[in-house]
Amino acid sequence: MAFSHKHILGTAQLSTDDISLILDTAESFKEINQRDIKKVPTLRGRTVINLFFEASTRTRVSFEIAEKRLSADSINISASTSSVVKGETLEDTARNLEAMRPDIIVIRHSASGAPHYLAERVNAAIVNAGDGAHEHPSQALLDLMTIREHKGSLKGLNVAIIGDITHSRVARSNILALKKMGASVRLLAPGTMMPPGIEKTGARVFTRMEDCLDGADVVMMLRIQLERQGNTLIPSVREYARFFGLNRSNLKCAKPDALVMHPGPINRGVEITSDVADGDQNVILEQVENGVAVRMALLYLISGESVSET
Amino acid sequence: MAESNTLILDKAGIRRALTRISHEILERNKGTTDLALVGIRTGGDFLARQLAAMIDRIEESQVPVGVIDITLYRDDLSHREVRPVEKTTLPFSLDDRQVVLVDDVLFTGRTIRAAMDALMDLGRPRNIQLAVLIDRGHRELPIRPDYIGRNVPTSKDEGIVVEFNEDNAPVSVLLKKN
Repeated sequence: MAFSHKHILGTAQLSTDDISLILDTAESFKEINQRDIKKVPTLRGRTVINLFFEASTRTRVSFEIAEKRLSADSINISASTSSVVKGETLEDTARNLEAMRPDIIVIRHSASGAPHYLAERVNAAIVNAGDGAHEHPSQALLDLMTIREHKGSLKGLNVAIIGDITHSRVARSNILALKKMGASVRLLAPGTMMPPGIEKTGARVFTRMEDCLDGADVVMMLRIQLERQGNTLIPSVREYARFFGLNRSNLKCAKPDALVMHPGPINRGVEITSDVADGDQNVILEQVENGVAVRMALLYLISGESVSET
Repeated sequence: MAESNTLILDKAGIRRALTRISHEILERNKGTTDLALVGIRTGGDFLARQLAAMIDRIEESQVPVGVIDITLYRDDLSHREVRPVEKTTLPFSLDDRQVVLVDDVLFTGRTIRAAMDALMDLGRPRNIQLAVLIDRGHRELPIRPDYIGRNVPTSKDEGIVVEFNEDNAPVSVLLKKN
């Protein structure tokens, strides 16, 4: 089966076959991460630039480890230590990087569409590591991998996604990918955090936590961005925790073997209580582990002889 | 031009070749101590299991069998479409083992080079030997098999196909002319 994408800009571009191939490949890569010598020579001589205009620990480290385990040369640039603070535009930054001939640029940016903008202007392959409130494809794919490992298949599963849907690129990438793979998606958020028209994706919108969780196979909690939306979209953190937070008692509405997921970083006691975040049903650290394998798979799959653009 | 196939080995021929290789492996390694078979996906994997079963019958001793996928060690990533990566499974430590690499067809030797690199990343075997069902020539690297089922001189535009049945047992070896 061929993989025909040069760039990974979002889950919107991926077919069900693409997603299955990525998850299968990632499963094979997982074995490398358990070896004593965690390195294969596959991307030897390739240069990858990690261009992070927004703060990130997990995603950046995960990409960097994935690159190093594939033997690529990786370089990290974060906005605070780059010429961006001197007022350079994204296009100029990209052109200058391009002149140094990188093979892949992994980009995180606060503006939706920044990776797409770059993809049209540079020769390097672009991997979206999160753009504004738009997409975060590698996070959705690692979530799918974690679910598939536990449930065998994604088809027919009920997945509840709860939190700030409007501003969550994780939610958007997940909704698109989960629907493609045949799962049903349920959403819950305060009215101010639910984007109008989201039903068009095929997801069902709920207003009560207990209804949304009823019979769910997977509960995906999103982080409330306290630093951004904390004060304007919700009356108080305590009220949010009471109506939209996951705790031991409302988790009982979901199936007894439901998985509890969170993309991190967690606000303990806000969207999820500590006992649930650390409880038997949580797969949060497995998500992190699978993240490296999924990113290795993405880097590998876009590095073959390109068949066609995007 | 029409495609024509010549039968090189039938099922019985393959069985005889593998039986002889089993004896040769046992003779050379003086039994099964520290011995392990590692098949190269996918044909070599099936053959390694056949060889292990035969060695078990001859010596009444179980030899561990592993399988490696060498896709990530290939030298032609930028020249062709990516291939699916399968799992590498070695249910034993390679350290100080006498490892017999098993493949169905030996051609340029590049696959074997990749397989040896992969094994070296996974441990430090005492030695590595190479068993192949068919050696068709045209080596591009200084690699020589230790155990050969059948030497088949070929031209570059011919192909060798080892067919397996649904139980992954080899049933025939064909020479294909294009």
